[in-house]
Amino acid sequence: MKALLIRDIRLAVRAGGGFGLGLAFFLIVIVMVPFAVGADTGLLSKIAPGVLWIGALLACLLSLDRLLALDFEDGTLDLLATAPLPLEAALSVKALAHWITTGLPLIIAAPVLGVLMNLPTQGYGWLVLSLLLGTPALSVIGTFGAALTVGIKRGGLLLSLLVLPLYVPTLIFGAEAARRGAAGAEVSTPMLLLAGISAATIALMPFASAAVLKVNLR
Amino acid sequence: MSLWEYANPVKFLRLSERVLPTLWVLAISSTVVGLVWGFFFTPDDIRQGSTVKIIYIHVPAALMAINAWFMMLVASLIWLIRRHHVSALAAKAAAPVGVVMTLIALITGAIWGQPMWGTWWVWDPRLTSFLILFLFYLGYIALWEAIEDSDTAADLTAVLCMVGSVFAVLSRYAVNFWNQGLHQGTSIPVATGERSVADVFFVPLLISMVGFGLLFLALTLYRTGTEIRLRRTKALLAREGRS
Repeated sequence: MKALLIRDIRLAVRAGGGFGLGLAFFLIVIVMVPFAVGADTGLLSKIAPGVLWIGALLACLLSLDRLLALDFEDGTLDLLATAPLPLEAALSVKALAHWITTGLPLIIAAPVLGVLMNLPTQGYGWLVLSLLLGTPALSVIGTFGAALTVGIKRGGLLLSLLVLPLYVPTLIFGAEAARRGAAGAEVSTPMLLLAGISAATIALMPFASAAVLKVNLR
Repeated sequence: MSLWEYANPVKFLRLSERVLPTLWVLAISSTVVGLVWGFFFTPDDIRQGSTVKIIYIHVPAALMAINAWFMMLVASLIWLIRRHHVSALAAKAAAPVGVVMTLIALITGAIWGQPMWGTWWVWDPRLTSFLILFLFYLGYIALWEAIEDSDTAADLTAVLCMVGSVFAVLSRYAVNFWNQGLHQGTSIPVATGERSVADVFFVPLLISMVGFGLLFLALTLYRTGTEIRLRRTKALLAREGRS
């Protein structure tokens, strides 16, 4: 498992893995927002938590199609499926690697981009905490979507159509927690629900992902 | 004699051919009676005027939109557990009917909301969760279309339907938490039996709901038959090509 994790991270970081791409995309989305809605700092600071969340979510989504597709093409997934390691565990590790290479950099970059969006001072901690709790769920749900569409040529758009509705609850609670944090309100309810969603998806989604991947490898 | 006999496509087709004519007549007549009665022979509401008559399309369509998904979930489960092809095809056949029902509910809701709430659309929990349901339907249908091998497609969509159901319910409650609503609660709670709709409105509504239900059943049976025949044709063509 550890070997698989290290291999995945290495592959993602080295050339062609698109390690920085998600981060760059996140930056570009955040830069585009003021052009679209105007440079009014009051407005920007009001929508900052939501925009940062949706940017992180889209950056996460974009990197999903390379999560399994490359391994599917060169046959690594067939090897993993026949290995003694359960496929559920292998997919959990892959989701973890995706989170480390995509989610974690986003979380680290989010406060910096928060400055650009004029995020209120008390919001930074809550924003980082909500992303920290929420992005693992995004990675795990995304793995399910990637496993579902791995056999389809040019499945990228379909992947978005399938995964985005599944992201709704996570986005609602995550953005709500960040928004309340920025407004200086009580955050524990959405934060706990967000943590609950993450815990449940981490526990259950690998089984669904492994089931559909087995169908696709048949 | 058990229900599972009809998992055999031949028996299923024979049964549906026998049942369908009656079902069509019943479905269309009760829909027409419900709608005509509702539109022309009920009084206007005191506050809502004649706009209240949208209820005879809106409520049955919304009801069937949810029940169609539920039926797809049950059919998907049967496919995954017992591997009956008819079941998978029934789920596939029901999806487009369900998506049309969802769309009808959304559009009639907007038309009703404009004069009553003064807006076509609000981000109300009920409206939002219906829109999300619509997206789930789209994803489900798109996945069926995208995969060529029919058994693989049936497996994948069945799992998607199950996972989607969990997330649809989750979204429903998440959305409730996220924004307070403008949409009223149900006027016809089944569990308690106390409804707040007068009989003059309720009877045609009930007929209309039954009509939409039968219509869904008839359409799904008919489309399932079409899917079975389509698959047979493909099998025949493949055999021809090989020999």
